[in-house]
Amino acid sequence: MRRRGTWLLLLPTWLVLGMFFLVPLVLTLVLSLRQRGVYGGVAPIPDLGAYVTSGSFLGNYARSFAGIYAGIGWRSLWMAVLTTALTLAIGYPVAYALALRAPRRWKDLLLGLVVVPFWTSFLIRTYAWMFLLRTEGLVNRLLLGTGAVDRPLEILYTELAVMIGLVYGELPFMILPLYASLEKLDRTLLEAAADLGAGRVSSFWRVTVPLTAPGIAAGIVLVFIPSLGQFVVSDLLGGARSMLLGNLIQNQFAVARNQPFGAALAFELMAAVLLLLLAYAFYMKRKGEEVLL
Amino acid sequence: MNGPVSAGRWSRRVLAVHTAFIYLFLWVPIGVLAVFSFNTGRQTAVWRGFTLDWYHRLLANEALLAAVRNSLLVAALTTLLATVIGTLAALALRRPETPGRGGTLALLLLPMVIPEVVLGAALLTLFGALGLRLSLTTVVIAHVVFSVSYVTLVVRARLAGLDPALEEAARDLGAGPFETFRRVTLPLIFPGVAASALLVFTLSIDDYVVTSFVAGVGSTTLPLHVYSMLRVGVTPEVNAVSTLLLAGTIVLIVAAQRLMRVSSSEGDRT
Repeated sequence: MRRRGTWLLLLPTWLVLGMFFLVPLVLTLVLSLRQRGVYGGVAPIPDLGAYVTSGSFLGNYARSFAGIYAGIGWRSLWMAVLTTALTLAIGYPVAYALALRAPRRWKDLLLGLVVVPFWTSFLIRTYAWMFLLRTEGLVNRLLLGTGAVDRPLEILYTELAVMIGLVYGELPFMILPLYASLEKLDRTLLEAAADLGAGRVSSFWRVTVPLTAPGIAAGIVLVFIPSLGQFVVSDLLGGARSMLLGNLIQNQFAVARNQPFGAALAFELMAAVLLLLLAYAFYMKRKGEEVLL
Repeated sequence: MNGPVSAGRWSRRVLAVHTAFIYLFLWVPIGVLAVFSFNTGRQTAVWRGFTLDWYHRLLANEALLAAVRNSLLVAALTTLLATVIGTLAALALRRPETPGRGGTLALLLLPMVIPEVVLGAALLTLFGALGLRLSLTTVVIAHVVFSVSYVTLVVRARLAGLDPALEEAARDLGAGPFETFRRVTLPLIFPGVAASALLVFTLSIDDYVVTSFVAGVGSTTLPLHVYSMLRVGVTPEVNAVSTLLLAGTIVLIVAAQRLMRVSSSEGDRT
């Protein structure tokens, strides 16, 4: 391979991601600064100078921080934080068992059983919970059958259902990076801690957890970002009041026909995500770890 | 002396039970979904006997079959384009002196981490600005954008385990750059390329979020069709089509994992 021509190999990537990724993002930013037209679409700007000096170009952003929209934003943030915390709490022990306790010959199978859901259609994994949680679904039949309740619980189309769906959907994205860092853990350090008199609990919190911090950080990033922007789970499992940021954005483009407002919301979401990623990259660099995502 | 040992055993047991419970949590919902796709009863929470009826009905559902054809076409084109583009990039990124290397790596990272809803909205804005009609073409473009990065990631991992001496030897023996690539480099990275192709196919055929923004009339893909079915309600037909999609994904992913494992163990040997 000629050394001088190497950049030619990158040309298709630059073209595709430039034209269909960077340019669209710039257009969306521009769109977010404009206003919706009377009949949908985008309103013309008769006097650019006045438009800028009056601050109208920030109108969509101002609107997104007021009233019901602020509420939706906070709820989305809260749901994403909760999902991340729950998947971490549930997933860490599983990754630990998988990396440090599972018998060697079972390891591939057990790992595969987490990897497959990782790649499996989110849509179908969400539908599985629609199927289980609805009023005449299996969960209610079991509860009624055992006499735990005397009439079916309304779980589907509630915030609880959204939470279950999110934790279920995101769990593999937490377990896999945790597993990767627990697998690399130098076990002699745990022995050293034991030799120096550390109990199980203190060696776990003072050796294992700090050493697997990069895996925890990666898991948090991998779960938090999709949870913050998702709309499928809340659309299918949530009720009318479970609208989250992702649904709101999708709604502005598909139904409400207020694309400038949708664009502003999309940009706020992206800004939040990029801030988190920058913090993550900075953290990993300080730890001397390679930023792998 | 017995205290800590039995405490350890006890904590191990709790860990094992928790892990088993989580595996059930991950797999029981999918399993139940699949089992009930073979159920005779329409009122689907009670088992009434085995049937393949719902699968037969799928075959008679014209709209669904059209969506399957669209999805297969999109996934095939996306796989071809993304695999070629991503592999070329991975080859270029191997050399530290390649111009724009750092920028390209950052650029490739972004589509993987940006929320899908943002990518969908941005692409819809672009297609609107260009006056492009939403069609299978716009769907393929969108799918290529979000999958190129995965190809580069997987192929780069494979290239990292490659012994440069093999390519040098080929050149010393008089092979030109193209011949070296075709007869040495490509066969060596092939498992990685094939694995990434399978992953891209899976990503493309499963995608709902981005596709929902950029598909138009007549370019409904399978996930879009399934979504419209299950917004109406839970039916055994949806279970059947979900089960087929799940089975397909599992086959593709297991094959991709095998290929990647082959590539990493060979990489260790060299």
